[in-house]
Amino acid sequence: MSTIFTAERAVKPFQRGAVGGYWRDMDWILLIAAFAVTVFGSMLVWSASKADMASPNDSTSFLKRHLINVIIGVALGFVASRLDYRWLRAYTPIIYGISVFLLVLPFVPGLGTRVAGARAWIDLPGGMTIQPSEFAKVAVILMMAVLLSEKRDVGSEPRDRDVLLSLGVAIFPILIILLQNDTGTVLILGSVALSIIAVSGARTRWVIGLLGGAAIGILLAIQLGLLKSYQVQRLTSFINPSGDVSDASYNANQARIAIGGGGMFGYGLFQGPQTQGKFVPVNESDFIFTVVGEELGFVGAFVLILLLGIVLWRAVMIAWHADDLYGRLVATGIVAWLAFQMFENIGMSLGIMPITGIPLPMVSAGGTSMMATWIGIGLLQNVRLHGARAGA
Amino acid sequence: VSERSNLRLLVLAVLVASLLGTLVIRTFYLQVITGETYRVAAADNTIREVVEPAVRGLVLDQAGRPLVSNRTSVVVTVDRQTLHQEKDNGAAVVVRLAKILDLPVAKITERLANCGTEGAKPPPICWNGSSYQAIPVATDVDTQTALTIMERRSDFHGVAAKLQAVREYPAPFNVNAAHLLGYLGPVTQEQIEAEGNSTDPNRLRITDVVGRTGLENQYDAELRGDPGITTLAVDTAGHVTGTLGSQAPTAGDYIVTSIDAHLQSVVEKQLVAAVERAHEQGYPGKSGAAVVVDVHTGQVLAMASYPTYDPSIWIGGVTSKQYKELIGSEALSSNAYQGLFAPGSTFKVISTAAAGKEGYSLYGDYPCPSQVKVGGQTFRNYESSSYGRISLARAIEVSCNTVFYGLAERMWKAAGGPDAGKNAPDPVAETAKLFGLGSATGIDLPGEAVGRVSSRAFKQSNWEAMRDTWCANAAAGYPETRKTDPKLADYYTALDKENCTDGNQWRAGDALNAVIGQGDTAVTPLQMAMVYAAVANGGKLYQPQVAKAIVSASGQVVKEFKPVIKSRVTVPKATMTFLRRTLPGVTTEGSAETPFAGFPLSQIPVASKTGSAQVTGSNVSTSWFTSYAPANDPQYAVVMMVTEGGTGSKTSGPSVRKIYESLFGISGTSVNPRNSVLVGGKPETSLPTVESDGTVIGPRGRKSGVGTGGSIAARRGAG
Repeated sequence: MSTIFTAERAVKPFQRGAVGGYWRDMDWILLIAAFAVTVFGSMLVWSASKADMASPNDSTSFLKRHLINVIIGVALGFVASRLDYRWLRAYTPIIYGISVFLLVLPFVPGLGTRVAGARAWIDLPGGMTIQPSEFAKVAVILMMAVLLSEKRDVGSEPRDRDVLLSLGVAIFPILIILLQNDTGTVLILGSVALSIIAVSGARTRWVIGLLGGAAIGILLAIQLGLLKSYQVQRLTSFINPSGDVSDASYNANQARIAIGGGGMFGYGLFQGPQTQGKFVPVNESDFIFTVVGEELGFVGAFVLILLLGIVLWRAVMIAWHADDLYGRLVATGIVAWLAFQMFENIGMSLGIMPITGIPLPMVSAGGTSMMATWIGIGLLQNVRLHGARAGA
Repeated sequence: VSERSNLRLLVLAVLVASLLGTLVIRTFYLQVITGETYRVAAADNTIREVVEPAVRGLVLDQAGRPLVSNRTSVVVTVDRQTLHQEKDNGAAVVVRLAKILDLPVAKITERLANCGTEGAKPPPICWNGSSYQAIPVATDVDTQTALTIMERRSDFHGVAAKLQAVREYPAPFNVNAAHLLGYLGPVTQEQIEAEGNSTDPNRLRITDVVGRTGLENQYDAELRGDPGITTLAVDTAGHVTGTLGSQAPTAGDYIVTSIDAHLQSVVEKQLVAAVERAHEQGYPGKSGAAVVVDVHTGQVLAMASYPTYDPSIWIGGVTSKQYKELIGSEALSSNAYQGLFAPGSTFKVISTAAAGKEGYSLYGDYPCPSQVKVGGQTFRNYESSSYGRISLARAIEVSCNTVFYGLAERMWKAAGGPDAGKNAPDPVAETAKLFGLGSATGIDLPGEAVGRVSSRAFKQSNWEAMRDTWCANAAAGYPETRKTDPKLADYYTALDKENCTDGNQWRAGDALNAVIGQGDTAVTPLQMAMVYAAVANGGKLYQPQVAKAIVSASGQVVKEFKPVIKSRVTVPKATMTFLRRTLPGVTTEGSAETPFAGFPLSQIPVASKTGSAQVTGSNVSTSWFTSYAPANDPQYAVVMMVTEGGTGSKTSGPSVRKIYESLFGISGTSVNPRNSVLVGGKPETSLPTVESDGTVIGPRGRKSGVGTGGSIAARRGAG
């Protein structure tokens, strides 16, 4: 640990160099696409929260809070993009430590809030809450990337010790989150860990072993009744679309009625009867996709998925072109995180994934998720800018 | 960066791309391929209607007096949506409300339960309207209580006191008119089913009340108006999230009738007087009817039925005990247009017309013995009186049956006698049909009785329908009756035996019964009024009408009902003239002389005919009095009858006289049209005016007190 502290003295947190280079070398397509998704999302949040009974007098009060989160998120993303690589690597254990500490906090009586059965929120003064598992995703990615890219000869695979260590780094928060009943985040963190280990170049037996372990884990979960039968049925209904989902829960039904009812062009913004009637639960966050589906139809839903796809495409390109393994692993982790979270979130609205309470990145309301995702976008830009400088 | 890393990143990229592709395909499938079914499901989810019924239109008499109006009642309603937002689900509010209304708490909670939910009482205690509608828990609440509730809003969250229109019968001149006006009742299941899946905003709904009988039923659609409909968007928790559309109610139209309230009250009183006269003579006098029509338009000026009921009994729902009593008393249907009776001698105008048509001399002399024997049966005159050879006119005046028996026998023989075929002529029945008997008059009231005409054809069809029963009865020989009365059983058996073998034969005896309005012939008093009106006006058979016009609550005349000539009675003009010349004699020197003694017949000659119809099962005849006046310039036809009431002259005659006295303004022997019960001395030709504020101005400019009911109607109508 002492090396880290010496590094701190030697390294300043922010990169030096002309601001002109920063703006010139930035991935503009990524930035614009991410902005577009955020603006699109804000519009959907507005529509979903307009008819909210919580604020009958001001239909924009929820939107205003959401926009504040967006501004904070974008600002944090900017900071993340400017951080010096070496400083970041040096401080990653501390970031990781704080994140794990925050994860435990909701268990402290008086501090945590149970939302929809998941003990995953920390109450802040003024009615604000934060969801530490969102930051934990960033922390796990950074920590694994550090461990798997350290002390190695170029081109050699990570040693088993490094893989084991990085696995431990992932599994520790996963266990805490499991205790919080947040299965969605567990699935995402698992996918992230697997993707990072795979792309790190770890021996194939690791990859196959982990994949097999995950499969056994999911089967066990089903067997032990951790997943509800309708979730299983919905998973299989994806394979067999004509399969009857007669005992599907109310939420899933209402979500599908909303999306299906939207048709090709939708009812128009603020006009969706399911959305405005609040038939779909938590449609400003978990089920936000039902809002675009119902009000803007297939056209709107396709545009949103396309924008998300552009973000992922740029992220993959940044991972591909990263000039060192650390950068590639950070970018890979973010790709896996965003991709699987998007698929899980939209998929559950479409009835092809089990219903778990996770937000759609950059679209859903929810401050912590918005901030974490923009930090992710900032880190992607950081990796790209590092490569651009090294190449220059 | 190793090759292995590159390869694995590529695999990850492909995986990500395929996940996104899956989402797009699934979205396309849900939205574009199966979208329509979800659209329907979404619509079912979210739209709720709140219906505010329109204020029902008024029924006015010819002078603009309201016969049916609305009064305001203070109604206390409870909105469960607001109630359930209270911490205790509104329990405290209900307790406070029960206290201030002086009702048991259970009564309110029972009222607030949706019909069909667990523990809910049967309707009308439970609520069978929309969950989004405020539920009325108390009506006719006093103003002080209502004000207290409105002032202490914080104590009474969700409770409101508002004014509601309730049907009212102002009863000018104490008129009853129950059978004309009819009553309201909740919509029936059949009516709701008949609406099918209608989406018409004005369709009938389960909470509606509709006209059940009388004018309320006949003109229900016009009177009901269009309900106000607010379409609400509703979320899963039942909270209203917005208003999708709103349509204010349009008040129902007013029905202007040709009934004159003043005349109607006179006719009702005189009908009761006639019934009492029957009782004084020791007769049962169970029921009766009276009709006054305008002979030039067919408009019904008054129509009464005995026994009657209080129309206001239906307001707020009738109890089953009250309903049973009503049914038992037979007061619910109108004898005037729903009751069928043998017309007796009043039928003789038709027999005379038939004889004239067949070419028998109207001015010749005919024998009037006390009795005639035809086919082994003896047919007698009333009280077996005989007049020797008399003219046909005199035969009508004194109502000599045997003269008509003679004519009937001749006509029967001319048609073929006992050997006549099925389609042989039947002049009396044919003429009766020309005068509209055996068919509906077409009056604008529901449930009119059609009646029948005794005829060769009816006998044939009746025999075809009854033959099997008759034959079976003849074979069995009435064993039940035989135990107690073997003689009666023998008589019945013989009768059925005869009916079984040749019950289809139109015998001379049948023809003789038919010619004096007996036998199978059955008519409504209204039909007889139209017959005499046709005689009076020279052969125009009008369709009787009660409604003159439909006027909207804002004053526009929506529809005016013009007189409708249903048909022309094709009887030779000379015969009609003969009848018109003869009938006044009945009043001056015939069977109606006594009741009209002292009546100024020189100024107002009255054409009339009495009738005392025999009814099987009773030895007291039906008292009939049919008439029109003035005989030289006919204006009104008046018909009255009392069952088991005695003679037409003694029982009904004096009452008809009183009706004419009030129509023409007669007191003693002086005639003054200004004393007529009809304002202006004759039926009104112009319509009353409905002002934009809902008040009614009579055709003669007099303000008629419509009361508060009218003003509510107008306020809603203008809105």
